[in-house]
Amino acid sequence: MSEDAHQQFEPKVIAYCCTYCAYTAGDLAGSMRLEYASNVRVVKILCTGKIDTILLLRAFEEGADAVYVAGCALGDCHFLEGNLRAIQTVAHTKKLLAEIGLDPGRLEFFHIPASAGPLFAQRADEMTARARQLGPNPLRAKVGQPAGGKLARDPDGHLPLPEATHGRLIRQAERISAAASDSETGA
Amino acid sequence: MIVGERKPLEQIEAMIEGFEKILIVGCGTCVAVSMAGGEKEVGELAASLRMKGKLEGKQRTIDEITVTRQCDKEYLEQLAKYVDQYDAVISTACGAGVQFLAERYDDKIVLPGINTRFIGVAEGAGVWTQRCMACSDCLLDRTGGICPMTICPKNLLNGPCGGTNGGKCEVDGEKDCAWTLIYNKMKKIGRLDYIRKIQPPKDYSAMTKPGKYTHEAFKEARKEEEE
Repeated sequence: MSEDAHQQFEPKVIAYCCTYCAYTAGDLAGSMRLEYASNVRVVKILCTGKIDTILLLRAFEEGADAVYVAGCALGDCHFLEGNLRAIQTVAHTKKLLAEIGLDPGRLEFFHIPASAGPLFAQRADEMTARARQLGPNPLRAKVGQPAGGKLARDPDGHLPLPEATHGRLIRQAERISAAASDSETGA
Repeated sequence: MIVGERKPLEQIEAMIEGFEKILIVGCGTCVAVSMAGGEKEVGELAASLRMKGKLEGKQRTIDEITVTRQCDKEYLEQLAKYVDQYDAVISTACGAGVQFLAERYDDKIVLPGINTRFIGVAEGAGVWTQRCMACSDCLLDRTGGICPMTICPKNLLNGPCGGTNGGKCEVDGEKDCAWTLIYNKMKKIGRLDYIRKIQPPKDYSAMTKPGKYTHEAFKEARKEEEE
């Protein structure tokens, strides 16, 4: 794709925002009537500590051009260390993306304090610009192609009992049933 | 628990080269706790392989399922209705699980998705250390609950050796000397007399591979039947 085409395409950007800081900052950006890229789809999560590698990978698998996780400033996490965990998860997922063959730059972690409405708008623009520069996610054209998924698993019910082949009780049961059939034939 | 580590994606990719339908089977017990082969990790591996396949223009399907345990026949049975539809099965269980799965579905190509590391404990989030080497003759009663067979690289039963260096091991300066740990522990619990006793050579025949063990109760029942 040429440079012009890159500039023209409208990227899909997913923002996982924590309730307490980044999402509130987004609210503030709205109240302040700040304009920011409409490409950003905000997903509200309770805490960025909830973010899991699989959530981030699925977003890319479903065709997102860029994904970012926005959490509280260091030391400000409502749950004390949720944002620290998210930083680890994002760093790990970046490595996985590189292994897969996607640009790790498509994923980022940002600290956005609740009072930073302008910063929220700035990060949204920044990530959209980055997605434009990197071009569309190469998987986007193939999102519809079936490539597998999760199979349904039967709940663990009562496990089948192994067939008894030995033991006193079995022999006794055999004797009783043999005696019963003898008496039947005798009668 | 058994601690495992996912194989590099390139290695798995090379194993499944040429197969079109692949099933990834996770194990929900030890390797799920050690973040290597449980439901979550199977999801990550499947998503990674699906994306990699699409990026490289391959036509392949990667499905995922996780069973409670792969070291029990009953749980492997749940896979019977699916396995036939696949060219290859990747198992993210420990080596034991992979082998048991391969034995149950013996006409399938079964591939390992993880490297089994050791029997260990979780030191903290994401860190595990080896604590047992399954020597079949536990001696922790004489060493204050610290295993010299596992922690000492020389498996010394009467230590420390001359290589102990300020509480660290001569083999690896980063690692603690097992016998310094044992000495300190015995001193703390007032059982230093134990450390002065000379331990006789260990019966290594108990470690002969492959191990097989029948529970005493089942032995009795069998013997009774034979009589």
